[in-house]
Amino acid sequence: MAFLRFRFWLLFLLLPLGGCFSLTARAQESPYIVAYDHYLEEPGNLEIEYFSALGTQRAGNNFHSFWAEFEYGATAWWTTEFYLDGQTTFGDSTIFTGFRWENRIRPLKREHFINPILYFEYEHKSGADKILKEVEGHDVESDFLTPNAEARKEHNHEIELKLILSSTFKGWNFTENTLAAKNLSNNPWEFGYALGTSRPLALKASAKRCTFCPQNFSVGAEMYGGLGDHHHFGLRDTSHYLAPAVAWNLPSGWTLRLSPGFGLNDNSHRFLLRWGLSREISGFGTMAGRLFGGRR
Amino acid sequence: MKECTALLTLTAVLLAISVSSAQEGKPPAAKYQKDARIYAELTLAPEKARAKRNPFEKDPEAVAAGRNLFEQHCAECHGASAEGGKKGPSLRAQEVQEAPPGSIFWILTNGVVRRGMPVWSKLPEPRRWQLVTYLKSLGASGPSTPPAQP
Repeated sequence: MAFLRFRFWLLFLLLPLGGCFSLTARAQESPYIVAYDHYLEEPGNLEIEYFSALGTQRAGNNFHSFWAEFEYGATAWWTTEFYLDGQTTFGDSTIFTGFRWENRIRPLKREHFINPILYFEYEHKSGADKILKEVEGHDVESDFLTPNAEARKEHNHEIELKLILSSTFKGWNFTENTLAAKNLSNNPWEFGYALGTSRPLALKASAKRCTFCPQNFSVGAEMYGGLGDHHHFGLRDTSHYLAPAVAWNLPSGWTLRLSPGFGLNDNSHRFLLRWGLSREISGFGTMAGRLFGGRR
Repeated sequence: MKECTALLTLTAVLLAISVSSAQEGKPPAAKYQKDARIYAELTLAPEKARAKRNPFEKDPEAVAAGRNLFEQHCAECHGASAEGGKKGPSLRAQEVQEAPPGSIFWILTNGVVRRGMPVWSKLPEPRRWQLVTYLKSLGASGPSTPPAQP
């Protein structure tokens, strides 16, 4: 029932947005799913994204987690994003697991060799959340063994801060994200990291529009994991992943991402298969403004 | 539950504020002043950046590729023919057409983020030069002039 309710809300949110606006932008999206680079959403544009992660689970049931993202470029230096998360644990149930609201701010006016982005996120999620959008503290595979009916009773309010340092050189992007997360109950600060590198397959654009030409593909890899908490900082009892990733920017305005991830130690899920689909709607801010009676 | 509702409301309010701040219409005089300030950014490019040569200068293939890139990434703000739009100034103005290619490339790379122009360094360097080549192929349509006073 909860699954049906969740799908209803997803449809309720996605259908009008996807169906009403035909002005789509063809963004040059990076293949990252966990790491962030320093590029923000263009002002006034809305990107609607759907992501899935299939994960293996030792001594338990495999799972499929999924989330929808609504990413809006408020200004050229501020991007705000809203997430809805859910998961299916095979042989158990499908549930809605919470929402997130994140903000990314670019503090510097110009491009530099290393570009910092400040990230702030509020999360309201249940203990059954499995989207693994970030790995922090002592997050390990065995945390996911709790049955959904029990795990969903735990409610977490969490803030997460990230410092994103990203650099682009000769078509290559290198990014390093450091995160600190705090459960607003009496828990210590937890830490984590994500590293990424990517590059478009072709640096020049072709004179003809094409679907399969190399300029539409970006490939890369990301690595992410936990770094313990305030009391026990370090790699002990933490999980880590390495994930090659590819993004295909279709001329129709859609972007497809695929990323098989591999656990790097015994605390990690052995395999995570992530994929995502996104579409950017340009001029969403103007259209929404008109809808609410703004000036033409 | 109350906290959840309050946070959702706060999120909606902040989103609405950001939407309205991003799309707010500007009267013509204010738009002219905003455009003039953006054109002025072209003069801020460092000497080294201005002196850079466009590797695709007058390359017809680069013009065609640049046109495609312009339609994909720039037309929404600067208008389908670069004549200027609600959010972005005309790129056919003399200020742009007479600017060194290196200055335009520098603006594309760095953006004018405080005035709404995003950073475009996510486009690889050759694609930014292809865009510059296309913009330079448009030719000037005259200087940007302030609107007549009523």
